[in-house]
Amino acid sequence: MAKKGTSARARSERKLGWMLCAPAVFVMLLVTAYPIAYAVWLSMQRYDLRFPEERGFVGVDNYEAVLGNSLWWRDLANTAIIMVISVAIELLLGFALAFVMHRALFGRGLVRSSILVPYGIITVVAAFAWRFAFDPTTGFVNGITGLENSWFTETWSSYLVIILAEVWKTTPFMSLLLLAGFTLVPDDAVKAARVDGASASYRLRKVIIPLMKPAILVALLFRTMDAFRIFDSVFVMTRGAQGTENVSILGYKTLVSRLNLGLGSAVSVLIFACVLIIAFLFVKGFGANLSQQRGE
Amino acid sequence: MPAPPPRSRRPHGRRLLAVVVAAGLAVAATACGGGDEGGTPVLKWYARDEAGGIFGAAIEDCNAAAEGRYRIELQALPSNADEQREQLVRRLAAGDSDIDLMNMDVIWTAEFANAEWILPWPEDQVEEATEGRLDIAVESATYEDTLYGIPLNTNAQLLWYRTDLTEEPPATWDEMLAAADELEQEGKPHVIWEQGQRYEGLVVWFASLLASAGGAILNEEGTEVSLDDGPTRRALEVLSEFARSSHAPPALATAQEDQGRQGWESGSAAFMVNYGFVWPSANELAPDIAEKMAWAPFPSVEPDVDSTVVAGGFNIGIGAYGDHPDLAVEAATCLANEENQTRNAQDAGLLPVTEALYDDPEVTEAENDAGIKLFPYAAEMKEALDRATLRPRTPFYNDVSLAIISILHPASDIDPEADVDRLREAIEQALEGEGLL
Repeated sequence: MAKKGTSARARSERKLGWMLCAPAVFVMLLVTAYPIAYAVWLSMQRYDLRFPEERGFVGVDNYEAVLGNSLWWRDLANTAIIMVISVAIELLLGFALAFVMHRALFGRGLVRSSILVPYGIITVVAAFAWRFAFDPTTGFVNGITGLENSWFTETWSSYLVIILAEVWKTTPFMSLLLLAGFTLVPDDAVKAARVDGASASYRLRKVIIPLMKPAILVALLFRTMDAFRIFDSVFVMTRGAQGTENVSILGYKTLVSRLNLGLGSAVSVLIFACVLIIAFLFVKGFGANLSQQRGE
Repeated sequence: MPAPPPRSRRPHGRRLLAVVVAAGLAVAATACGGGDEGGTPVLKWYARDEAGGIFGAAIEDCNAAAEGRYRIELQALPSNADEQREQLVRRLAAGDSDIDLMNMDVIWTAEFANAEWILPWPEDQVEEATEGRLDIAVESATYEDTLYGIPLNTNAQLLWYRTDLTEEPPATWDEMLAAADELEQEGKPHVIWEQGQRYEGLVVWFASLLASAGGAILNEEGTEVSLDDGPTRRALEVLSEFARSSHAPPALATAQEDQGRQGWESGSAAFMVNYGFVWPSANELAPDIAEKMAWAPFPSVEPDVDSTVVAGGFNIGIGAYGDHPDLAVEAATCLANEENQTRNAQDAGLLPVTEALYDDPEVTEAENDAGIKLFPYAAEMKEALDRATLRPRTPFYNDVSLAIISILHPASDIDPEADVDRLREAIEQALEGEGLL
């Protein structure tokens, strides 16, 4: 950005700008910055609500306790498994759905609103529905397929149902973001490629996807951060059993069930740090792509 | 146009300020009133609202008996025990004065008492709260030799079996597996239901097996891990042998009490370890199964040694931050009296804690609306309770429970040799209250 001359008028305009922003900034500080700072402060204390008299500052002890424990790394790996698999499936499915919606000549509105139904359902409610569906004695899944699986007693099948529920619920969100992305692709470019004799797959790989990259990255950023924080559906379906425990459940267990605010806050802050890292990586990639596109 | 005199708005501003302050004071006054309208102190009783409206009826009777000295109001807690505890501890840790009385699961006594969230029972009332009540129930409300609540109801598990499949109930776990083997070979129902889900029920199962094998999870004081090698390995062997047998239900790892009940009523099971609620349920929903249904003590681990089960149940505790602790004690004593225990038994199937009630036809002959006897097993239940033990009484119980579950779930993966040490380490860590679980 080129630096503007700091005339009196520019200064007063800047001042006005700050004044206009101030209320919003203040509210943001109040509702986000303060709790985050407080959580960081808590995470540096020994503080168990059951033993309030033992409260005291311990520096980074809680972080050492978390990072030095294999449970944290195990749960982090579990979180990554759910995140990577479900986001990958969502991207492919979402892309396909968006492509169909983009091309649909009629009924586009209807398709668009019906596709959003799963996204509108409260996650906890959806998770209960999936849990009942896969119940070995009363669920309809075994009834229809004739299987006798007890889905939530094995690691692989627990993950299968959790990921299925996640994909079912958030693919619509992905497809809508990507549908918006399709509008970034000028028709002329696709037509020109067709006239030049490019095959459909070539057009997709070399014309459509590169032009859609910003939209794809935004969709991936949102979903990856979301999927990393998955809690409700796992909590409802397995409560973290069968090796499906993830970092959110670990944090919940430590904070809410064990009332260990120091250790639990350390887990929360680490989860926050992971989400920040994910966002940072995406934004870096995103920025690089944008500047490439602008030919800088 | 001349500008209006600037002072003309001041009186208006003052009036507005006065109105705001007055309104604020009025709101504050109603908030501080705590609902003690008309001078009658209101006591809030936090409890899961049981079936049959039993608590509402008890409250009506006790309020009438109090003749205006206090008024009890029920505040419903969630039905799941973990969620009940989470709500109570969150509020008690913040010094919530709204909680005058609360129903406490027997495993919470030590935690709540140690954190001083509940008040010790007044010394001059201890006798009234404990006299004639089952020792195990009184013990469950006691922490460091001090009574912290009045026992309200109790519970323990029995073995349920079918007379058309086995004439004599198996006395031990080994015998039960052998009997199921035979039934399986004969092509008859052979499944055995237990609670193997990743929750407190799994701890109850393990603790009952361990106690039956002569072991204990913690020492007498609840300060150190006990887990003697022999009994612990034996308990783990029983768990793993059963879980790996063809008689464990496929969904053992997610089975809770109610899944067992459903499986039993479907007719595919030969045995089931469960609480008494399964009896009226089977009579109602699966009468053909109920006809052949009988009960026996929880199977022993060692031959010729009676089994020891862990007792459950609830006590009423007094919140440490309430405004009327003396009245709360009086109210709790009324809510847990024999009349109310009898009604709780008749209308909701809750087992009483007063010993005499186990010989009282009002309870032993009690029938539900469908004319089904509720407690035909009262005598055997009383025997089980007389021999029963408790889960560890430590302020860290919640952590100890999590540690046990993390090692023992799923039961089919237990390695009796290696897991004795792993269990010991996990529980030692839990007792320190440090580190992740």
